[in-house]
Amino acid sequence: MAFRHNGALLDTGLALWFPGPASVTGEDLAELHVHGGRAVLAAMLAALGDIDGLRVAEAGEFTRRAFANGRIDLAEAEGLADLLAAETEGQRQAALALAGGALGRMVDAWQRSLLDAAAAVEAALDFSDEDDVDSGAASRSMATIRALATEIAEMLANPPAERLRDGVVTVLAGPPNAGKSSLFNALVDRDAAIVSPLAGTTRDRIEAPVALSGLPFLFVDTAGLRESQDEIELLGVERTNQAVREADIILWLGDADDCPEGAILVAAKADVQADTRPGLVVSAKTGTGLPALRALLAERAAALLPKPGSLALNLRHRMILADVLTALDAAAAEADLLVQAEQLRIARAALDRMTGRAGVEDMLDALFGRFCIGK
Amino acid sequence: MRDFDVLVVGGGHAGCEAAAAAARMGARTALISFDRNQIGAMSCNPAIGGLGKGHLVREVDAFDGIIARAADHAAIHYRMLNASKGAAVQGPRIQADRKRFKAAIHDLLAAQAGLEIVEAEARSLLIEDGRAVGLELGDGRTLRAAAVILATGTFLNGRMFCGEALSDGGRVGEAAARTLGEQLRALDLPMGRLKTGTPPRLDGRTIDWSGLEVQPSDDGDWTFSDMGPGRVAEQLFCAITRTNAQTHDIIRAALDRSPLFSGAIAGQGPRYCPSIEDKIHRFADRDSHQIFLEPEGLDDHLVYPNGNSTSLPEDVQCAFLRTIKGLESVEIAQPGYAVEYDHIDPRALSSILEIRALPGVFCAGQINGTTGYEEAAAQGLIAGLNAAAQALGKEPVILDRASSYIGVLIDDLVLQGITEPYRMLTARAEYRLRLRADNAATRLTPIAIAAGCVGEERKIAFAARSAQREAALDALQLVLTGADLSNYAEVRAAGEKSTLFDWMRFVDLSDDALVALVPSLAAMPSSLLAEIREDARYAPYLLRQDAEIRAMRANEAIGLDSVDFRAVHGLSTEMVERLSAARPSTLGAAGRIRGITPAAVAAILVQAKRKAA
Repeated sequence: MAFRHNGALLDTGLALWFPGPASVTGEDLAELHVHGGRAVLAAMLAALGDIDGLRVAEAGEFTRRAFANGRIDLAEAEGLADLLAAETEGQRQAALALAGGALGRMVDAWQRSLLDAAAAVEAALDFSDEDDVDSGAASRSMATIRALATEIAEMLANPPAERLRDGVVTVLAGPPNAGKSSLFNALVDRDAAIVSPLAGTTRDRIEAPVALSGLPFLFVDTAGLRESQDEIELLGVERTNQAVREADIILWLGDADDCPEGAILVAAKADVQADTRPGLVVSAKTGTGLPALRALLAERAAALLPKPGSLALNLRHRMILADVLTALDAAAAEADLLVQAEQLRIARAALDRMTGRAGVEDMLDALFGRFCIGK
Repeated sequence: MRDFDVLVVGGGHAGCEAAAAAARMGARTALISFDRNQIGAMSCNPAIGGLGKGHLVREVDAFDGIIARAADHAAIHYRMLNASKGAAVQGPRIQADRKRFKAAIHDLLAAQAGLEIVEAEARSLLIEDGRAVGLELGDGRTLRAAAVILATGTFLNGRMFCGEALSDGGRVGEAAARTLGEQLRALDLPMGRLKTGTPPRLDGRTIDWSGLEVQPSDDGDWTFSDMGPGRVAEQLFCAITRTNAQTHDIIRAALDRSPLFSGAIAGQGPRYCPSIEDKIHRFADRDSHQIFLEPEGLDDHLVYPNGNSTSLPEDVQCAFLRTIKGLESVEIAQPGYAVEYDHIDPRALSSILEIRALPGVFCAGQINGTTGYEEAAAQGLIAGLNAAAQALGKEPVILDRASSYIGVLIDDLVLQGITEPYRMLTARAEYRLRLRADNAATRLTPIAIAAGCVGEERKIAFAARSAQREAALDALQLVLTGADLSNYAEVRAAGEKSTLFDWMRFVDLSDDALVALVPSLAAMPSSLLAEIREDARYAPYLLRQDAEIRAMRANEAIGLDSVDFRAVHGLSTEMVERLSAARPSTLGAAGRIRGITPAAVAAILVQAKRKAA
C-alpha cells in the first residue's frame, strides 16, 4: 500500500494488522513494513508522530506490555530483552533457551518441590493433630529441601549469562614495552591502541570487544607493570593489577618466572627476538603464532562460556537463586519447624520474584492434595 | 429519628460478638434473633480454638470481646495443640459444655449496657437513597438505625441434606431466612453458594468406652481470657477410635445415596473438613481414619464424633458407625447432615466489612464465606466496632496483616474472595512469628483502648501488665558474660558479653534462673516471662520481618480509590476482573491480590500517580 502524509507519498510498503489479545503483546498491533532508507524512516516516524496518541515506544516497551498482559512470563521477558541485544551466535542460542521458557520450566519444577516441602512443614504445624500427618512428613521434606538446594547450587555454578553478553575478559599484561599493544591490535584486528617503541606508552586500560570463532571476547590492553615515580603511570599500574584480578583469561607477555597462575605465557615480538623462550611464540608483526593463539583462546573461552543452547542465568536470576539457596540451606540446618517454615517462606517469596506468581493458596493446594485432613 | 445506632441480625458467634462490640463502643444496639433461646448456640462442634483459631479467640479477647470468657466458663477439656513447638504455632483449644457456653453468652450480653435483644424475624432491609436505614421485622414493625450488621450464618436460603431427604433451614429445627436472602439476591450483590456438614450426635450411654484410647484434659492452668476466674468447670476426657475396612466398604457402597455425590449439592465444601464419604473417596489408599469422641457437656449424654461429618442417609450412618470399635451398639441421637447456604462474595466488602454497594450494611461470619465460631467472632468484632464507629462518627478500626490474625482474615476475605468455606490457618499469616496467641494483648489491647471498646477493669489490668513488661525488658538489658550464666545453663562462649535478653535466644534459661540473675523479675508472672522469652528467641527473624512490614505499610499509604483498573495500561483481563471485584483501596492491597504481579503493581502505581498529578 501507499503511505502518504498530507497528500505527499512517503513510501509504498506493507501493513499488517494483529488484533489483540492473540498478538505478541496481547494488544491490538499494527506493523508497517517500509523501505529501509533513513530519510523514509524519518518521514514515516514524523508522520506517525503527528497522529494524536501515537508516540515512539520506549526501549523494551513491547516486551513489558507482553509481560504485563500475561503473554510471556518474567523469565521469558528477560530472555527477549537479551535476545534484542544478542550479537553473537552463542548469545542468540542462550537467549532462545530462556525465551523458549526453559528457565520458566525449571523454575516451575523448583517451585513445585519447594511448595511440596513447605506443604509438609505447614501440615506438621497446622494439622499436627491429624493422624494422616505423621512426624515423618516434615523430615521427608528435608530430603526435598536438600535435593533442591543441590540443584540450585549446581545451576549457580554454571557460567553466567553476562559473559556471553560482555565477552570473556582477556587481559594482556606484562612489563613495559613487551609488545602488549601490538598483540592487542593484532587480536582485535584494528589499531585500537597506540603503539610506540617507548616503554610506558600505554598508561590506561584499553578495551575492545571482538568475536573469535563465534565466541565473544573483551580484550583489555594494560599499562606495563614496573616500578615508577610517575604518578599517572602508577595509577595505570594499579588499574592493570585490578584488570588482572578481574580477568577471565590472562595473556602474560613477560618473564616466565613472573607469570601469574593460570595465565597463558606468550613469547611476543618473535620477529625481533630469537626464540628459545618458553611459552607460545607470537609475532604481531609477521602473524607468526597468531592462529595458534586464537585457537587456544577459543578453547579456553568455550569452557568459560555457557554451552551453546544451555541455560545461562543472568545477574538478577543468580541473585534471586542465591537468596533461595541461602534460605534453603538455613532451613536444612534448622531443627525448629517454625524457623524452617519461615526460611521456606523466604525462599518461596524469592522464587516468586523470578516468575511473579504463586502464593499461600498454591501451597495449600499442595497440602490438601497430599494429606487427608479433616475433622 | 432512629430507634438504635446499630442493628445486628443473628445471634450466633458473629452476631453476639458484633452486638457486644458495638455496645462497648457506646452505640445503642439491638440484637435481632428468631429465637432468644438459640442465641449463643454452638451449631456444630462444641469446641473453641485450635491452630490459628485459638489466636483469633485471644485477639478478640484483647478487644475485651466475649467469646473467650464464655469459652473459659464452658470449658470441660483443655488442650494446647502443638505444645512441643514454638509458641507462635501453639493453639489453645477447649471442649465446651454447650449449655454452659450458651448461658455464659446470655449473661455477658445481659450485663452489657446499651444492648437490647429483640426476638423477631428480620424480614428485609429498609433502604433509602441507596443506603440501609434499618430493618423491617416479621411482625410488621420497623426499626430504624444508622447501620445494620448481617450475621445470618447458614440461614440465608439454607437447605439441609440428610441422604435423599431435603428440607429448608439453617440448623435442625430452625427456619431459613428466605425473604432476606431473596432481597439480597435481588439487590444484585455478588452471591455464591457453599456447603458445610456436621456429624451425627451419638448417645454416649450406648458407647463402650472401656477399650478406647483416652485423651485427658491437659494439666496446665492456661485459659482463653486474661480476665476470667481461671478454670471453673469440671474436666472430662475425650476418647479416640478409628474407622476400618468394613466401615469403608459400607460407605463406599452407599456413595450414590450421598447428596454430595448424586449432584444434589452444588456448593463447594471445605477441603480441610471433608465428609467421611469424601475422605474415603479421595484418599482411597488410606485404610483407616481417626474419630475423636467428644462429650458435649457435663450433664449431657450426647457425644460428638469429630472427624465424621456426613450427609449419608440415616440408616447408612447407623450401619457404618456400628462397625467401629466402641460404637458396636451405638444409638444416633441426631443424624449428621449437610447444609447448603448463600454467601456474599466478600470482595464486595470494604476492609470494615461494609458492603461497598450498599452503605450502612455490614456482614460478618458465614455469610462472608467463612467457617468456624472463631472466624465468625473475629468478623463480628470488626463489623461491630466499625458499624458503631460509623454511627457515632468515630475513626474506623482497621487491623493490618502485620498486627493480627484478624487482619489476615479480613484482608484475605475482601481481597482474595473465597472458593471454599474459609478457615484460619497459621500458614496464612506471613508474619506468624510475631502473631502469637500469647502476645495478643500486647499487640492489640493498645489499639482496642484507642478505639474505645475496652472496659475499665481490663484497662487497669492491661496498664499493670504493660508496666511490668517494660520493667522486665529494662531489667533484661543487663549485660552478662557467658561465664555469668554457666551456673544455670550450658554456655559455650564463656567470654562472650551480651545483654540477658540476647542471651535468651541462645541459652535456655528457666524462670528460676532468670530470677536468680535479676531478682526484680521475681514479681513478674510466669506468662509474661514466657512471652518475653519467645520474643527473644525469634528476635532476628522479627527484625528481618520489620523491613518487610515497613515496605508493606509504605504501599498502604498509596491510595487507589480513584483508579479505574480498566484504564491501567498493560493489565490482563483477568487482573482487571480481580482488581475490579476486590477494589483494593491501597497499592499494598492491590499487590497482595492473587495473580497480581510486581509489574502489574508498577503499572497501577503509574496510573495512580497520573491520577494524582
